[in-house]
Amino acid sequence: MGRKKRVYVVLSVLLALSSCDTDDEVDPFLAILEENEQFGGGQGTIFDEGENAFGQLPDILLSRNREFVTGNSFFRRNWVTEPASTSDLDGLGPLFNARSCGACHFKDGRGAPPLTPNEEPLALLFRLSKPGQIEWEQLPDDIYGGQLNPNSIFGIEAEGSVSIDYVEQPGSYPDGTRFSLRKPIVSFDLNYGPLHPSTSIGPRIAPHIIGQGLLEAISEDDILSLADEFDSDGDGISGKPNYVWDLVNKKESIGRFGWKANQPNVRQQVASAFAGDIGITSSLFPDDPCGEDQDACNDALYDNDIDLTEGILDRVTFYSQALGVPRRRDWDEPQVLQGKSLFTQANCSACHTPKFVTGSFSDIPEYSNQTIRPYTDLLLHDMGPGLADNAPDNRASGSEWKTPPLWGLGMVRVVNNHTNFLHDGRARNFEEAILWHGGEAETSKQDFMSLELKEREAIIAFLESL
Amino acid sequence: MKKLSTKLSALLLALTMLIAAGCEEDDEPDNFTPTLEAAIITYSDIVLANYTDSRNDAQDLLNAVNTFVNNPTQANHDAAKQAWLDAQESYGQTEVFRFYGGPIDDDDGPEGQLNAWPLDESLIDYVNGAVNGDDPADNDGTNIINSPGDVPTIDKSVIAGFNELGAETNVSTGYHAVEFLLWGQDEVLGAGGGNRPFTDYVTDGSGTNENQSRRADYLVAAAGLIVDDLNALIEEWQEGGAYRTFFTSADQLNNSLERILNGMGKLSTGELAGERIAVALDLKSVEDEHSCFSDNTHRDVVTNAQGIANVYLGQYGSINGTGVYDVLLLRNVELAEALRVNVLASVTLSEAIQIPFEEELFSTDGEARLEAVITSLESQGASTAEAASVFGFTLDPTDI
Repeated sequence: MGRKKRVYVVLSVLLALSSCDTDDEVDPFLAILEENEQFGGGQGTIFDEGENAFGQLPDILLSRNREFVTGNSFFRRNWVTEPASTSDLDGLGPLFNARSCGACHFKDGRGAPPLTPNEEPLALLFRLSKPGQIEWEQLPDDIYGGQLNPNSIFGIEAEGSVSIDYVEQPGSYPDGTRFSLRKPIVSFDLNYGPLHPSTSIGPRIAPHIIGQGLLEAISEDDILSLADEFDSDGDGISGKPNYVWDLVNKKESIGRFGWKANQPNVRQQVASAFAGDIGITSSLFPDDPCGEDQDACNDALYDNDIDLTEGILDRVTFYSQALGVPRRRDWDEPQVLQGKSLFTQANCSACHTPKFVTGSFSDIPEYSNQTIRPYTDLLLHDMGPGLADNAPDNRASGSEWKTPPLWGLGMVRVVNNHTNFLHDGRARNFEEAILWHGGEAETSKQDFMSLELKEREAIIAFLESL
Repeated sequence: MKKLSTKLSALLLALTMLIAAGCEEDDEPDNFTPTLEAAIITYSDIVLANYTDSRNDAQDLLNAVNTFVNNPTQANHDAAKQAWLDAQESYGQTEVFRFYGGPIDDDDGPEGQLNAWPLDESLIDYVNGAVNGDDPADNDGTNIINSPGDVPTIDKSVIAGFNELGAETNVSTGYHAVEFLLWGQDEVLGAGGGNRPFTDYVTDGSGTNENQSRRADYLVAAAGLIVDDLNALIEEWQEGGAYRTFFTSADQLNNSLERILNGMGKLSTGELAGERIAVALDLKSVEDEHSCFSDNTHRDVVTNAQGIANVYLGQYGSINGTGVYDVLLLRNVELAEALRVNVLASVTLSEAIQIPFEEELFSTDGEARLEAVITSLESQGASTAEAASVFGFTLDPTDI
């Protein structure tokens, strides 16, 4: 980045020297530049632009490096079948999606769907739910439970395999430019009989996991101040909080994490993923992933003790909270600033809220009172039938999704070698991700589509810079 | 604006080149390139010699294992265990050849088959307790050795296949599989590791724990795979070998220096100080150690640290050549000397770790010894990163 700064220094010198040289492109966009906007994580910003950019501890937390290293280790290590001599690392399955957190969140980054129908998805899992709830839980499928587990320990039959194919849906911009979106067609080959007829299938790709502690540090009041569940201001955009049961604090709480905001804090999110995805039980989620009728799975349980020690849960939680947000690249380029301006004009920022100041956060006090730029309101919005999975989750309907944070998305290409976005990775790039927006975002999408090519490119350049 | 930037960049570039030309001696009177070339060749010689020693030790292990399973006696069991311990001494020093996508750990490299951890021990053989629904009274469990129906034959390709079973890898092969099959589970704190009886391999009907000949097949196959994998590495690194030719080619010298530094820095900080010592120390996690069945983890630390010193100084066995140290001397004498003192101190401090490693976690003195090793390794990792930046590379020693 040093090189670019130098260019600007020289530029301003030149401008000062030759005051007659007025570049009418520069001024309006420089006015959009905000001080420190490149530091999206506040003090939680990191400065790595390489493939480990999502895996960094910000300098301000260096005193907790040991916890971070341990958390990172348990995030990446493979769990093994119980019982093992390394007793803290056993308890895999019996049914599972992956053996480690890092298998799906590779380099703490974002997963991609399979390239061909023959390839089994790893970082893409499938939630199963029936209409209705018990307490705060969605009703699971009678046989398969709340999630399809395509893998199993030796001697147990896995739940089944998954194949994903795509149908291309061509379209065009008002200016005549053509595009094509791919709609996924998911098919299961199940080993324990058919799903219940009313079971919905909710695909969920592993997102990149930076800045989660900062999101947790946003005060509930600040999030609620953005909510407009019944669209009383008539702008076509509602925004409603999900409410879920907070197992840590034993109270009803606003949901912040997960594609439908169904987890209230990072600790619960981590423990839930350990249980649902790896079969590692914990104090928060003591039940193994066996359905009631899955006898082999139930028989395979070595014991009913919980697998995850509190120490490991503490460390992996801290690790997941602490991961810093990469500083933006090219934030002061005219094209990026133009894109930022158009992003606001198209009202994308109505849901992708650019800026918060975090509240008081006792888990990581250093993350309190930070000016952050996550580009999310953490609220649920109806995204229309095109993206709907028809799987309600607490207060989220089958077509509602939490606004996902946009920070760091420009680094997914570097860290994970792909640019697949949205909840099932169907979008192959930023442009397709925008074009899939519907429902409350329909007007914004139409605004985007009616822009000139250069303007659309500017918006994408802005997203790349995040 | 774009045109203006381009012009400015060109101008800047020209200016930069002028400045660079003005203050740097182009002709390298300090023999940097020949020294670098010599260091890259010395490194390649060390890699080859070290893998060759490892292969020879692994062959001795395979021989000892064959002797043991053909004639399962206490003496032969002990000899096989000793051969395993001996094999660790050479292999441990090779781990500094990892962390840059070389033959050991490129996309199809054998690291995961050779030395992965933690081991899926209850996938391999009986452990203490029921697994997968078996009656605890059987004391066997459903595992490869005790599932003749599901897995009729046990050979190298079968166990290698299990190592890749599922969406990701099981760990069913490598040094730690052999270790488990020789020692058994280490279930108590204290020196000595596991207590597998030699009678687990006695096939005349008087043996313990059933499927003795299948256990023998597994042990022989696992030891044989180690030899095969090391032979494949030797092939890459020998004179004329594909990777050595690439690694030592004139246009790769700088990149190879970067690779070597990556191996040194990442093994120091991320892997050895972090993964292997700090994590165990942080949570006092029992048996959270690499060689938990044999209680040989203290030697793993020493041999890893020694491997880093070998590479830095350009010395291994009878090889005494040009090290990274000599290259760094040409650029930063102070740093080169500090790192030399540091890598040797790390070896000495590692040697002070008491046996068994797991008990060190629970004593004040033991903790202090481990902390001293961590501090020393982290410092040499940071210095290695500094050396990298002296040579114009960026290196994150924590990123493994």
